[in-house]
Amino acid sequence: MTAHELIWRIAGGSGDGIDSTSQNFAKALMRAGLNVFTHRHYPSRIRGGHTYVEVRAKDEEVTSRGDGYNFLLSLGDSFARNPSEDAYYGNEELKPLAENLDELREGGIIVYDTGLFDEDEVAELNLEERAEENDWHVYPVNLRELAREHGRDVMRNTAGVGVTAALLDMDVSFFEELIRQNMSGDIQEDNLNVLEDAYERAEEFEHTHDLTVPTGENEQELGLMNGSNAIAYGALDAGCRFIAGYPMTPWTEVFTIMSQHMSEFGGIAEQVEDEIAAAALALGASHTGVKAMSGSSGGGFALMSEPLGLAEMTETPIVLVEAMRAGPSTGMPTKPEQGDLEHVLYTSQGDSNRVVFAPAGIKEAYEQTRLAFEIAYDYQIPAIVVYDQKIEGELRSVPIDFFDREPDPDVGEVLSEEEIKEAAHHESGTFKRFDSEVEGGVSPRTVPGQEGGRHLTSGNETNAYGHIEEDPDNRVAQMARRMGKLDSIREELDEKDASNQATRGPDDANYGIITWGSQQGTVFEAVDRLNENGQAVKALGVSDLMPYPETEVTEFLESVEEAVVVEMNASGQFKGLTQKELGRFGDKLSSLLKYNGNPFEPAEIVEGFEAIVENEPEVPGDSTTFVPAAGD
Amino acid sequence: MSAFSAIDQDREIDPEEYTPGIEPQATWCPGCGDFSVLKALKQAMPEVGRTPEEVLTVTGIGCSSKLNSYFESYGFHSIHGRSLPIARAAKLANPALEVVAAGGDGDGYGIGGNHFIHTARENHDMTYIVFNNEIFGLTKGQTSPTSPKGHKSKTQPHGSAKDPIRPLSLGLTAGASYVARTAATNPNQAAEILAEAIEHDGFAHVDFLTQCPTWNKDAKSYVPYTDVQQSDDYDFDYTDREEAAQMMYEVESKLYEGEVLTGRFYVDEDRPSYTEEKQATGEMPEEPLAEKYFDDDAEWKRSYDLLEHHT
Repeated sequence: MTAHELIWRIAGGSGDGIDSTSQNFAKALMRAGLNVFTHRHYPSRIRGGHTYVEVRAKDEEVTSRGDGYNFLLSLGDSFARNPSEDAYYGNEELKPLAENLDELREGGIIVYDTGLFDEDEVAELNLEERAEENDWHVYPVNLRELAREHGRDVMRNTAGVGVTAALLDMDVSFFEELIRQNMSGDIQEDNLNVLEDAYERAEEFEHTHDLTVPTGENEQELGLMNGSNAIAYGALDAGCRFIAGYPMTPWTEVFTIMSQHMSEFGGIAEQVEDEIAAAALALGASHTGVKAMSGSSGGGFALMSEPLGLAEMTETPIVLVEAMRAGPSTGMPTKPEQGDLEHVLYTSQGDSNRVVFAPAGIKEAYEQTRLAFEIAYDYQIPAIVVYDQKIEGELRSVPIDFFDREPDPDVGEVLSEEEIKEAAHHESGTFKRFDSEVEGGVSPRTVPGQEGGRHLTSGNETNAYGHIEEDPDNRVAQMARRMGKLDSIREELDEKDASNQATRGPDDANYGIITWGSQQGTVFEAVDRLNENGQAVKALGVSDLMPYPETEVTEFLESVEEAVVVEMNASGQFKGLTQKELGRFGDKLSSLLKYNGNPFEPAEIVEGFEAIVENEPEVPGDSTTFVPAAGD
Repeated sequence: MSAFSAIDQDREIDPEEYTPGIEPQATWCPGCGDFSVLKALKQAMPEVGRTPEEVLTVTGIGCSSKLNSYFESYGFHSIHGRSLPIARAAKLANPALEVVAAGGDGDGYGIGGNHFIHTARENHDMTYIVFNNEIFGLTKGQTSPTSPKGHKSKTQPHGSAKDPIRPLSLGLTAGASYVARTAATNPNQAAEILAEAIEHDGFAHVDFLTQCPTWNKDAKSYVPYTDVQQSDDYDFDYTDREEAAQMMYEVESKLYEGEVLTGRFYVDEDRPSYTEEKQATGEMPEEPLAEKYFDDDAEWKRSYDLLEHHT
């Protein structure tokens, strides 16, 4: 059975320090030797509104948020009450307690701040009754007053951590160390005092629960990192030194991280007027021989479809990242969804000629961002890294050594001036930039300013010299060369064994689950549990979307009788892509979908799967949808 | 050695070097004003001493944007209205390049209007030539942002109800540090102004009045014109922002009443270019970034050095 775990949920209002507190909590557990994983839930509001973060800690690798949680620290939403008489938000202080009870596991602990609640309102929640039913252990504490005694109301969060540590008998020195690192002066002193005071007071509580913190020991040094960090670091290590962007949730995080570090890395960052400009700037920089990227989220990426097509036609290498959020249109800005798959694959006019990777987690995000740059520059083609709001913000403990790589400043087939002189096709002062006869499809390029390399580049169809040309034979030759790159890339990825697909479960299982991108970790955890429960099931997590990994998916699907595609959208886009690419399997593939704004939990996949194999008409739970295979 | 030996060559340059060795697909009609822009650019470039290899022309879409099909240099013929963002990134990535962006009135003041405002605001060191013939030419004669009020076309059969864009005033307000207008009918002034614009260290906006013999015969009304610098009637200090703004206002109000004024309308030699500003704040390397990718000895910092705060 699964190892002993702690899933600690801290809830409050946006602006109550939920994020920073949870990060410190996660880091302290990591430093104590545990593997950690965080899950963020937040509303599209600057201040106020119910928000929570979960920190899951185990003595073994953690790949998902898990199901439910077993410790709630509810701070109360200090921004909920509107100071004006006509309260716009209504009275929501209680929300962080009231709205978090449904998923609390049996035997769980509740610590709530009584400083912001009226006790009679708490009574309306039937907390006592529910606690008895579920064997919850409730500890009301006036965290606000405790913090106030030490000078600052806002230190409610530190007080909450102190109480948590005492109730779980944790080593408080990891928290002290973090406070010393992150704060200074009076603030540091006050926080240390609050932590100590809260810990001491809570130690005197009568402990009725038996939940403890797992203990562990890590052989490798771990770092706490989210997907945005991994993508930014992957890009920097890929030699990217030019980024242009426009803020949009959740892409903003990658843009911010890179902008903050670009000058110390000797590069250039530009915040520009809109996303069309952002992608066009990346193109302009890349055209001069610099490794460049841009990115956005759904709506902003829509604006980039023009420059994206231009990059395809002009064979200008660029990397775009697309951080999906729930759509259509502005949709739900802070909620994850995998609904932009078809958007990233096919947006822009004409036949799509691009590379698309969908990382499954933190390490994959780093790796595939590097790979995207490598492929883009080697093949003079745009590459897209598509991920979602889940990967964007989830912190995981990962081995730091994994990131110990050399930067890769190789810009592909850009000729030096000596090579231009030696090039056989260099005649009469005009460079053959787009040679349709070239072997392998990649016609070497030159960059502005180089002696002997001048040429025209155009978004119109051109001849070898880059001049506009509508001759049918030329058109066919140029199209064939450009489109042929995808086959070469597919071959190269196979040969290098740079496969981004991952599998889990016994090879001989006759039932399969396929997923793509961010849901892989959750699916894998579900598959482990299903096999422990006596089912024989295996999973395939796909990360290469274009070129599509035909061989691997075909082999997987041929080896099973039936398979379920698990994805976070309403129309089963990946299932559709699979059938389009492979031209069959319509009778073998069903869909398990979720699009309510939250990622899958392992239990939903376990229950959904069991219902599907037992041919039950309805999949349990109200947040997932089952679409049977054709002919069922 | 620099990877770009073509840059800063000190030699006599023959204007014919800017004529392509191959015959481009013909777009411009006989009598088109665009030929005059091409000619003026070919005349101006040797004067400023830039060889074809160190020049990058970035164009949008439209008849005007075919400029770099007829002009030999590095060229990027892009998409509707997007020449400026591409051009300014090229300039940032390699400030040693001479970057000239060009497009038409629809391309520059319509679909690319936002980019125009922001590129001017940032004062990138580049030249932006807008071929202004007050009409959409390549799409066969629709009303453009500079078409006069009342202009009738297939898409506005009742006559345009809109006031036209005032390009000079817009350029000045947005932040261009050099604003001039010239006309196809005055080749000498055109070449002179383009040379000046190219040499200017900042964003030089040149509104270039051209005629469209096929779709906008009215553009002939540009003849005759007056050179504001040569006329005693229009005495103003073009380095003074207020006087320049006042002058532009008058000129642009009268444009459709028959009198056309051309010349320099605003020149600010003191304002630092965007590259200079960005380098001064430490936001941008002193050496051209593009050079670094050719330098085998260049140092490449690793993200691993940032990981300390993650542990």
